[in-house]
Amino acid sequence: MELETLKSEIEAAIPDCRLEIVPNPAPSAQHSLRVPPEHGLEVAFFLRDSCQFDFCTNVTGVDWPAKELTEKIKVKQLVDGVEKEVDQVRKTTVPGSLEAVYHLYSIERRLGPLPLRMRTADRESGVHLPSLTSVWRSAEFQEREIYDLYGIVFDGHPDLRRILMWDGFEDHPMRRDYVEPDDYEYEPTAHDEVLARAKEHAAKANPV
Amino acid sequence: MSAAWAPITEPSAAEVPSLGRPAPRPAMPVPPDADLAEQYLEISMGPQHPSTHGVFRMNVVLDGERVIQLKPVFGYLHRNHEKIAETESYLGNMPYTDRLDYICSITNNWAYALAVEKLGGIEVPERAEYIRVITGELTRLQNHACLLGFLLQDMGASGTPLMYAFREREKVLDLFESLTGARMMCNYLRFGGCRVDLPAGWLDRAKAFLAEFPRFLDEFERLLVDNEILMERTQNVGVLSRELAVSSAISGPMARASGLNYDIRKADAYSIYSRFSFRVPLGHHGDVYDRYMIRFLEMRESVKILEQAMRDIPSGPIQNPAVKARLFRPKPGEAYGRIESPKGELGFYLISDGSGIPYRYRVRPPSLINLTVLEDLCLGRNVADVIAILGSVDIVMGEVDR
Repeated sequence: MELETLKSEIEAAIPDCRLEIVPNPAPSAQHSLRVPPEHGLEVAFFLRDSCQFDFCTNVTGVDWPAKELTEKIKVKQLVDGVEKEVDQVRKTTVPGSLEAVYHLYSIERRLGPLPLRMRTADRESGVHLPSLTSVWRSAEFQEREIYDLYGIVFDGHPDLRRILMWDGFEDHPMRRDYVEPDDYEYEPTAHDEVLARAKEHAAKANPV
Repeated sequence: MSAAWAPITEPSAAEVPSLGRPAPRPAMPVPPDADLAEQYLEISMGPQHPSTHGVFRMNVVLDGERVIQLKPVFGYLHRNHEKIAETESYLGNMPYTDRLDYICSITNNWAYALAVEKLGGIEVPERAEYIRVITGELTRLQNHACLLGFLLQDMGASGTPLMYAFREREKVLDLFESLTGARMMCNYLRFGGCRVDLPAGWLDRAKAFLAEFPRFLDEFERLLVDNEILMERTQNVGVLSRELAVSSAISGPMARASGLNYDIRKADAYSIYSRFSFRVPLGHHGDVYDRYMIRFLEMRESVKILEQAMRDIPSGPIQNPAVKARLFRPKPGEAYGRIESPKGELGFYLISDGSGIPYRYRVRPPSLINLTVLEDLCLGRNVADVIAILGSVDIVMGEVDR
């Protein structure tokens, strides 16, 4: 089935839902569908019930930190009264976000994989996405894992707790900017070297 | 007449020598207004428990002997495999995949190689595909044999079945050792082929093993298949419905025991599986007994595949010469590749940003996802059934925790 057909089918069934096809240039050509989070549940139910995508095998997170793009552009400027083309460097910042990817298959129709993507607003406070556990039960542990390792909060998840790290752990280790502790069992000693290392680490982990 | 015998009298309680045993405690007085139905017992099974197949813990709430809640606790073997992989080159990750499901390392290599091949559009030579099928199916034989041994051991059939299974597994591991140099951590497959060709005489030894194997299967199956205790403990225990299996993305023998006709070797025929004639065994009840039996049937089908593959294997190159494994830099993009590993659907999801290190590397672990329904299977059963149900799921903690 063509992804364009599927996209227009979904958009016809769910009013004011705009989907985006994310092309995949790799030879695998597994193009994916980006869903706005506010329509995530509706799209998921539609895919399961009307398109028979009943088998949601893989659920995972991806971290996209903010990155700065530099590009050279030519700008026309008046230099000494004469119009000239001058090179200028323009910097644009792409805001960071966290992404959840669901790989769907259809057992009845032997289709797949259809990667479904949802992006959070940012990486700090707007990390909420709707949980699709009520649609596909297989997302239960995998969404917990994403919550644990990436820090995406899945609204409506029945039991959102850490799954691999321990409950007292605070950070999200799979994020790209995660700084791991020097020593998990760190105890202060009188050794200057160790203290200096700890100080350096504290400055890195909690920049003022 | 000599002196009369002294009359035998019962010794008084005070005269009995104490054996150091405390006197039995009087029963706890039950308060007259106590509601006995509310008295639940919460126990922690594991992490150091022989039947949990590694360090796995279940927080179980019991009402008498019945399970009314079961929460699995993971993470004791967590080493953030995915994070490590995102700092290593594509080739450098291959040996790490061995450590996921350490019973079947070659199928882990295969799933990873398949995902990278999809990402880079790599062709695999004919002979290498046959070698992959042969080693992969041998892996399935030894995994299923092991699992059946473990399951029976957990249920109290102490020793004999496990030793029978391990005797066969040793033979497979010997074959792997002579082929790859390692018994368990094989690190054998590469993108676009295999690391080394089959050594001289290897195929004959493998054929000799395969000729004997059905005899072991018959013997092993006959050992306990109509045993009354086994039937009592496994039939109608831990029933998984087809609907729940689909919704929870249960894969592998566990899904097929519930009647779900979904074998990736058939449904999404990767490699050269479309060339072989084999059947997909299906269960009807989805209970522990079906999951036990389906492994026997799958081994018989694997034997068929192996016979065909060993008969048809061509000569030729084993590695695609166009692949520069050490300098492998795929173009930006992503790929999800999956195979039917002995445990179920093992998938790798890779995102490349054009560098030599994967931007995102994700393992879809069948062991973890098959545990999603563990609580559903155990609710209302006895504690002893939890052990049998967990054993029939077939997990390896190296893969669950990653």
